[in-house]
Amino acid sequence: MAATSTTPAVRPGAPPRRTSRRGLRGLVGLAYATPAALIVVLLFLVPIGMAVWMSVNDWPLIGEPEFNGVDNYRAIADNQLFLDSIWFTVKYTVVVTVLYLVIGLGLALLVQESRPGVGLFRTAFFLPSVVGLASASLLFYALYNNEYGPLDDLLRAIGLSSGNPDFLGTPDNAFASTVVMVTWRFAGFNMLILLTGLQAIPGEVYEASRMDGASWWQTLRHVTLPLLRPSIALVLILTVTGSLLAFEPFYVLTAGGPDNSTVTMVIAMFREAFTLFDLGRSAALAIVLLVVLVALNAVQLLVLRKDKTR
Amino acid sequence: MSATMQQTASARPTPPPPAAATRRRRVRRAARSTGFYGFATALAVLFLSPLVWSSVRSVTGGQATGGEGTYGTKNYERLADYGEGLLVYLWNSVAVSALTVAGTLVVAVLAGYAFARYEFPGKNLLFLSALAILMIPHPTILVPLYQLFGYVGLQNSLVGLSLVLVMFQLPFALFMMRNAFEALPKELEESALMDGCTSFGALRRVLLRAVLPSMITVGLFAFLASWNEFIAPLIFLSDGAKFTLPVALVSLRSGEFGSVDLGALQAGIVVTAIPCVLIFLLLQRHYMRGFMSGALKG
Repeated sequence: MAATSTTPAVRPGAPPRRTSRRGLRGLVGLAYATPAALIVVLLFLVPIGMAVWMSVNDWPLIGEPEFNGVDNYRAIADNQLFLDSIWFTVKYTVVVTVLYLVIGLGLALLVQESRPGVGLFRTAFFLPSVVGLASASLLFYALYNNEYGPLDDLLRAIGLSSGNPDFLGTPDNAFASTVVMVTWRFAGFNMLILLTGLQAIPGEVYEASRMDGASWWQTLRHVTLPLLRPSIALVLILTVTGSLLAFEPFYVLTAGGPDNSTVTMVIAMFREAFTLFDLGRSAALAIVLLVVLVALNAVQLLVLRKDKTR
Repeated sequence: MSATMQQTASARPTPPPPAAATRRRRVRRAARSTGFYGFATALAVLFLSPLVWSSVRSVTGGQATGGEGTYGTKNYERLADYGEGLLVYLWNSVAVSALTVAGTLVVAVLAGYAFARYEFPGKNLLFLSALAILMIPHPTILVPLYQLFGYVGLQNSLVGLSLVLVMFQLPFALFMMRNAFEALPKELEESALMDGCTSFGALRRVLLRAVLPSMITVGLFAFLASWNEFIAPLIFLSDGAKFTLPVALVSLRSGEFGSVDLGALQAGIVVTAIPCVLIFLLLQRHYMRGFMSGALKG
């Protein structure tokens, strides 16, 4: 995809033109691309440069910045909130990645076959994904409120809980409650990616597998999953990136609590900037995150590329 | 999946099976089908119930009715008066979404056309840089952008916020539009040029109609993303009168303007979610195109 297709500048079959015609076409093309170029340069490349510059300055939210070399990076070693958030974010990423893959694949397999009404099920599973992540977090915040939401009554009714479950009150509960929320929100989205992949597998493959006497499980393991690898890789990339950068679920649902137990890396970065007003240190955290994620994405993309050529 | 296999298998030319076996197979298939519908329905209820609960809860309960009757709109009335007023937040969200959708379409259509049909200096570099937007964690460039916006007076501006959201949409939009233009036969534009259209005239009068489906897909993705965006407006907008719906609702949840009013919050969630659900249901087909195009694999 990186390689752009080259359109001949001179139309085939057209009589030979003066070279200035070619230059003119180039200028026209450039003119069309100028708005995009401005956006990329001014709103993307310049801010990245700015982030690097800010990360080597003592940069208060209000006041004059002052160059301080690598001090902001050194300070990361003493930033306990951020260090703790690394482990927490990684744990969260591993848990939701497994859940998204398993549940997304299960749903995709369930609604893979076209039969009457299957479209309605696909839509039902996907619908939470069109609700914004912040709105979804707010919705579950109310659901998890025992006085307002029905969940505690429901759990007592089916005998899963006897007392008053505190869904967001302890670190473990807050973590689990958030995982439930994001799984509800994202399962259908990942189902759709995997469903797209499943439908690209030709029917003859399954038939051949059946002729060989393979069981359902053997077919899934040895035929479906290997052929689905590009889609699985896409789910992995999107989920790993999205979860390592998680912000809304914990900012809105748990507010990082209780006792800062659910602070993610991005929340730690956000607090550095807008609670502690230290934009320089926040930028240093941003650069660290950026480097790690670009490296991670590059590795995952390479894996995806290799699969595509199979 | 086993059902799929069964179907393909039964398509094989086999000697007609004895009647008893056929009946047994039919019974088994009926049982499996019932199992599917039962299980899938249960799951659908599970996925839809939070949305249904929120909608129902927004018009029921003491906070909604004020103690009279079963249903009431008190939650919505309080929401209408919350903070700067619901209409202000709604307007801000509509403005940001409209600006983002329009901006994304203009930029991506022009650039997509350039990428599909023209050679120009820096073409590959620009395309790769645009794709790199996907690789970079968005939250990491928001703080420097906020600082840069301060220099040019775009802090706390809905236009500035929309520009950032256009940038986030650019990789997907550019990829979609480039593919759309590449898929068009060159004759379409050549005959327009023969008829005396300028290059821009051909784009506007002829090609635009042909790439309309892709534009709907791009617009839909841009709408959903900008309507629901939270962290960017949270950072860029400091004045309560500029808040978009999600930011206003979160400030309601944190009780910024008084105690936490869960009833009004439900009403707010419904108001925020309904446009997304409706537009998605209407344009579902176009959403799927975005998925199938492989543009997400950027």
